[in-house]
Amino acid sequence: MAHLTGPPQLLTTTMGKAIRWAQQQSMWPATFGLACCAIEMMATGTAHNDLARFGMEVFRASPRQADLMVVAGRVSQKMAPVLRQVYDQMADPKWVISMGACASTGGMFNNYALVQGVDQIVPVDVYVPGCPPGPQSLMHGILTLQDKLVSGELSR
Amino acid sequence: MAKTTTTDIWISGTEAPEPADWMVAGTDEGAQEMVRHETEERDREQRGSRVMDDWVVDDTIDDDERMIVNMGPQHPSTHGVLRLNIELEGEIVRRVKPIIGYLHTGMEKTAETLTFLQGGTNVTRMDYLAPLHNELCYSLAVEKLLGVEIPPRAQAIRVLLTELNRVSSHLVATATNGMDIGALSMMMYGFRERELILEFFEKTTGLRMNHNFIRPGGVAADLPDGWREDVDQIIVRITAALGDYEDLLKENPIWKGRTRGVGIITAEECLAYGITGPTLRATGMDWDLRKTQPYSGIEAYDFEVVTGSRGDVYDRYRVRIGEITQSLRIVEQVMHSMPKGDYKTGDRKVSPPPRQRINESMEALIHHFKIYTEGFQVPVGETYQAIEGPRGELGCYLVSDGSGTPQRMHTRAPSFSNLAALPIMMADSLVADTVACIASLDPVMGDVDR
Repeated sequence: MAHLTGPPQLLTTTMGKAIRWAQQQSMWPATFGLACCAIEMMATGTAHNDLARFGMEVFRASPRQADLMVVAGRVSQKMAPVLRQVYDQMADPKWVISMGACASTGGMFNNYALVQGVDQIVPVDVYVPGCPPGPQSLMHGILTLQDKLVSGELSR
Repeated sequence: MAKTTTTDIWISGTEAPEPADWMVAGTDEGAQEMVRHETEERDREQRGSRVMDDWVVDDTIDDDERMIVNMGPQHPSTHGVLRLNIELEGEIVRRVKPIIGYLHTGMEKTAETLTFLQGGTNVTRMDYLAPLHNELCYSLAVEKLLGVEIPPRAQAIRVLLTELNRVSSHLVATATNGMDIGALSMMMYGFRERELILEFFEKTTGLRMNHNFIRPGGVAADLPDGWREDVDQIIVRITAALGDYEDLLKENPIWKGRTRGVGIITAEECLAYGITGPTLRATGMDWDLRKTQPYSGIEAYDFEVVTGSRGDVYDRYRVRIGEITQSLRIVEQVMHSMPKGDYKTGDRKVSPPPRQRINESMEALIHHFKIYTEGFQVPVGETYQAIEGPRGELGCYLVSDGSGTPQRMHTRAPSFSNLAALPIMMADSLVADTVACIASLDPVMGDVDR
């Protein structure tokens, strides 16, 4: 009867906490690589940086299967409707990370061609600075999102 | 349009060294026919006050058999935001039309508002897998107009960095090529070795990508302490890793089955469409701007131009692997023969005074301030400078009106021209070979759209 010794075999929690924990641990990103940041996003997912440690390496090609959209790169005026459509196709609950200076503010390209900040099109939860942000920066952004999710600040 | 009967479907097998005759002939005629047909259709549509921009229906195919498939711009295998309209007849691709512009950033217009010294920050973001090549090409063009001499050490640093950049770019090309066809391990390996080079770049330039390190007049800083050990490690480890790649792919029957005889293009078609780089060299033509129009003293180093023979996806992969070896050869030679001296030009009209002089002299401080705020004036004129980028001829056309900013800057992007090869190499091929063809061209959409 070894199982009767040791700590009690019982766990109490609330429904909200359990859901938030599950959402945090298996958040699947949609591939939305646009420009330079997409290469760093790929580098984050591959062996050296290994995004799989945070349960997020399963980049889904279909937005229907994704919870998180990492807008990686500059969004042109021509791409903006596509981005919004992909976002609309994602199932709730969903989150958005704006990766890099161009996606967040237009970056150094203040001209006719670029959307000056992707938050004009979709609601953004976490902005990752850098041009491009390195894999560590992106991971920090993802961990920030997970922290906010568990704390209930961004839970949906 | 040249029609082939269904009995002509050639399933790419492991032992198919030569392409069937109908593939080459059908590709050629199909392409010409497509252009003529499309022009006529468009003229007819425009007379009806409607511009057909996206797609012109080929009415020679029965409606029951024809299917038009849209691929992209949000697709994991289109290397960014490329969109393809593919006209299928069963499993056979009849026509392909690439639609671009989803990453248009207006960089050539932005270049007109930046000074010549700031221009590097702009061009480095065009082809983001080969940022140093973009910077080098732009800097060489500005220096051509200025007529300044670049010290030998700066030239050697430029060659060292661009050749390392070529290796990292080809590693990504091979990695994504593998991933698209299903060799996922190649993806992990390629990015693993690329990380070595990026760490060295970060140590040298301060950034992993988009360095703005090669500038008009030289380079931004000298190489860091201990760079020889770092570069030596890179050469040793990537040479060892190349053995892994050869074990993984070279004689792999699945890999050969998916790539041999797929996406064939001939040297004549390449020349007609302005296709350069590994795609051209895979057809057997040894055209390399490092040999024919050498720049930055690259003619002093010993290397070979790697060529293929058939011009298919497999040959393009072989050319890239061969070029990694050759680039490492150049890097090793640069490492052993690195000249001493200054890393930027002594021409004070172009490069700011050294730190020591700024502490001593008020005039030097003012001069430094003016160079970084107003920039320097470049004589009136226009020039074109081309270098051999990882994807082909990377050119910079620059017009100066004598002020501190370019009047016009245009980039001859290799990815843009190479993408034009897609309809030719994919005509009458199988739909499953689409991603293999795209990946073998290695287009970078930032380079295509700018």
